[in-house]
Amino acid sequence: MVSSSDVSVMLEYQITLIDSGLSFPCKDGQNVLAAMEKLGRCGIPIGCRGGGCGICRVQVMDGARYRTHKMSRAQVSAQDLASGICLACKLIPEGDLVVRALGALRRAVT
Amino acid sequence: MSFTGVLRPGHCALRVMEMAPALTHYVERLGLLKTGEDAQGRVYLKGWDEHDSFSIVLREADAPGIDYLGFKVLSNADLDRFEVALRDYGCAVERIPAGELTGCGHRIRFEIPSGHQIELYAEKAHLGTSVGNHNPHPWPEGLKGMKAHRFDHCLLYGPQLADVADLFINVLGFNLTERVVTPDGTMIAGFFSCSNKAHDIAFIEHPEPNKLHHASFLLNTWEEVLNAADLMSMHDISIDIGPTRHGITRGRTIYFFDPSGNRNEVFCGDYSWYPDREPITWETEQLGRAIFYHDRRLNENFLNVVT
Repeated sequence: MVSSSDVSVMLEYQITLIDSGLSFPCKDGQNVLAAMEKLGRCGIPIGCRGGGCGICRVQVMDGARYRTHKMSRAQVSAQDLASGICLACKLIPEGDLVVRALGALRRAVT
Repeated sequence: MSFTGVLRPGHCALRVMEMAPALTHYVERLGLLKTGEDAQGRVYLKGWDEHDSFSIVLREADAPGIDYLGFKVLSNADLDRFEVALRDYGCAVERIPAGELTGCGHRIRFEIPSGHQIELYAEKAHLGTSVGNHNPHPWPEGLKGMKAHRFDHCLLYGPQLADVADLFINVLGFNLTERVVTPDGTMIAGFFSCSNKAHDIAFIEHPEPNKLHHASFLLNTWEEVLNAADLMSMHDISIDIGPTRHGITRGRTIYFFDPSGNRNEVFCGDYSWYPDREPITWETEQLGRAIFYHDRRLNENFLNVVT
């Protein structure tokens, strides 16, 4: 019999990038950028991976269930957060999400 | 030759978003030693081979980056002399009293044209190293992680590089050791030494002021750089690029990020600079191999990711 904690470990969400239509799974508790990078996918530019540089800035277009960890206020304002803008390296999905890459290097990878 | 005037980069004050993971990074992984903490919650760190009581100051803030970079000068007479020279040059100079940073004598702080806050000071508490100065062992046991020997230099991004260069060379007495120039002769990157090292500070022309590209720490050998890279994978530290070789300064290097996104470098090996030699010039056409000698191509992340 599978316990409920085992089931939660296996939870994953589907992340879709609106520009390219690419999608990839993101494990429960994993951040969107790490999920993309570990699968060798691209679409969101990778910077410091620490919420500091702002390169992986994204806007969540669809899917309200997510949380974020601490990010540089110089990169993401309270107003940004309220409109779904955050850094993919600190974006933890709690459901399927559709996101748009906004970062400065996005042309280099698409 | 004897050193006079500005001796070395003596402290780098970094902002981190959360202190606990920052300390895991700088102490457990990089191998710096925590030497103090003050009433403001700032944490003081040094490399095992540094004699003064701190070279890195961490402050918790809502955005990462650099607060200021301080250079130690040889004497209080030098400090007074530089204060006059900076004022004569047109810099607004702020005096910060002794003890504002624990164990540090009085500092003078001024803003350079790139928007960075630079400090000079002459005195700092002498803590020494655990191997001592009397029949010392070559290194102490019990060091952690990458076992960084000392803080070495910063690369800073900001505007008005020509004016920054003029200030560092003509007011503070640094030498230009290497530069990157465009076909029309404009310098877009400058490396400056106040010592026998290939660089004590470097700048890259960048429209946004007061940005940190990296704070760098010294290792002794290529093998130590490889070990550092291994530790980064063991502990899932964000690697930027490396281990590899720089054309500029010849350093053997790896770049990585602290948990707040501030870029760090550990490196070994450059050459000995003497002030009677000519600076090295790199052309922008060769910038790829100037920066990463093996990749030989421009790395967009390395050139654009700053805090």
